[in-house]
Amino acid sequence: MSTADPALPPDLPPDLPPDLPPDLRDEIAAMMAATDHPHGVTVGALAAVQARFGWVSDAHLVELARLIGVSAAELDGVATYFNLIFRRPVGRHVIMMCDSVSCWLMGADALRARLCDRLGIQPGQMTPDGAATLLPIVCLGHCDHAPALLVDRTLHGDLDESRIDAIADGVRAKEQAREQGTERGTEQGREP
Amino acid sequence: MAQRPLTAMIGPGGPPDCAAYGLAGGWRGARRALRDLTPDAVITEVTDSRLRGRGGAGFGTGQKWSFVPRQPARARRKYLVANADEMEPGTFKDRLLLEGNPMQLVEGMLIAGYAIQASEGVIFLRGEYHLAFDRLERAIAQARQTGWLGRDILGSGFDFDIHVHASAGRYICGEETALLTALEGYRAQPRSKPPFPQVGGLWGAPSMVNNVETLCNVPHILANGAAWFRDLAPGSPDGGTKLFGVSGRVRRPGAWELPMGVPLRQVVEDCAGGMRDGYRLRAFLPGGASTAFLDAASLDIALDYATVEKAGSRLGTGLAILLDDRACPVGMLRNLEHFFAQESCGWCTPCRDGLPWVERLLAAIEEGTGQPRDLDLLADHVRLIGPPGRTFCPHAPGAMAPLASGLDLFRDEFLDHLRQHGCPRRMAA
Repeated sequence: MSTADPALPPDLPPDLPPDLPPDLRDEIAAMMAATDHPHGVTVGALAAVQARFGWVSDAHLVELARLIGVSAAELDGVATYFNLIFRRPVGRHVIMMCDSVSCWLMGADALRARLCDRLGIQPGQMTPDGAATLLPIVCLGHCDHAPALLVDRTLHGDLDESRIDAIADGVRAKEQAREQGTERGTEQGREP
Repeated sequence: MAQRPLTAMIGPGGPPDCAAYGLAGGWRGARRALRDLTPDAVITEVTDSRLRGRGGAGFGTGQKWSFVPRQPARARRKYLVANADEMEPGTFKDRLLLEGNPMQLVEGMLIAGYAIQASEGVIFLRGEYHLAFDRLERAIAQARQTGWLGRDILGSGFDFDIHVHASAGRYICGEETALLTALEGYRAQPRSKPPFPQVGGLWGAPSMVNNVETLCNVPHILANGAAWFRDLAPGSPDGGTKLFGVSGRVRRPGAWELPMGVPLRQVVEDCAGGMRDGYRLRAFLPGGASTAFLDAASLDIALDYATVEKAGSRLGTGLAILLDDRACPVGMLRNLEHFFAQESCGWCTPCRDGLPWVERLLAAIEEGTGQPRDLDLLADHVRLIGPPGRTFCPHAPGAMAPLASGLDLFRDEFLDHLRQHGCPRRMAA
């Protein structure tokens, strides 16, 4: 990745530790020990690093490759192949809006444009304050409630303009809660 | 009232736990298989049921199982993989089963694992299905606690356990050989066959990859018998029920369990409440993004594998995407081909280079810079990369299915775009 990418705010990437923390190394070592085929842990190990830091930095990738016993180039080939492994920083919230056919038929393009306006970014970009990244995603399997999007682990369907506005406001509210130290645990599942 | 075994335990209260699942009739199939039947007898029962794979290809499930070498698990490691990588646009059926009754999948995998004498089961789950992941993990832990997974299950001497692999997203992972490559920790590129996975699959060992819905049917077949399963779909050449559904401008989009062979009209009009006011059905993709368009006059054909194929398309996943008369068919095709171009793994040149070319041609036509010869170029792509066998896997032929049918069905719209230098609908808006 290039930190000079204009899609990224100038104060990023965040100040990551250069080395993987010992407990994360232990977690990955345990994953490898639990299988006869340690090479099979590559995606799970990349996901574990990402779960801790939000993305997989070059330094972490190199160390992870050493830990698994593959070349950094091979691991980078895997990391960049998969849609859900991020090799550049993402916001504290990742919004994935489905761009597939069922959502398109139900007017997703106009709603995506509205969400971009509300967040002040284009798909693939992060908000200047690092609060959210907006990404396109292949069919979320929520076609019966199209258009749909995923905010972190929460699935939202039947989107219209007011729901798009509410989702954008919700991300801002979470950010405010985070700043005030009142954020609750990660949500999961579907919107109420 | 028609029986709906697949979805009978799915309700708003969340999935049944292990005990509730048993009280509602679960585990009967596994009990019969492991206590009363040999692995070969289980395969025979499933073959007789006429269960065909519900992932899209529709291959006979029992027949597929019979290709696995017969040695017992302890003599040779074998794997069973549940394909839960549901990423085909327009498809949302497996999510219903994974979230609504994960224990049913665990039981189906236990029986399938016993039939092929696998020692290990893997659920290959797409990474965005967070709720399904949590519920599967809970179901597996409960099944392990209560002795339905682990060593010497039911005193049969059969050992079997399951774990969930959360994928990191790529449509091609749904193709069985690419899925196995992904599980081995590599870029998920398809493999040429032979060897077929049944003989040389995960880590070179015999491996069976079955779709989630396919495996969820298995407990019911073993509990009630092959004849009962066949009778669920009277008059149909295919056995059982199936999750059918629709997305698009209908009143109530959704998925419903119905007998194999029902007409799409029943799904659209009775289940989904018909088209919304102001919209008329123009055409549909009967089974997801990689199936060919059929026009509205085909609404009464029976939804079974042979009939849909005879009509010029594929049953696919059985979840139809409806094109209404107010949406632009060229725009819809552009969206579909964008998806296929983006999700090509890049392994085969015709797919890697051809699909982005198709997408660019469609974009030009829709945006008003297209040339009349572009239609011939699109037809060339259909001819050159559409037939199976030009690429390692069915991704490119799948991508060409909606395009080939769309070029025929919507020729007037294509010509209008070229004549008016853009999308007439967009210009009129």
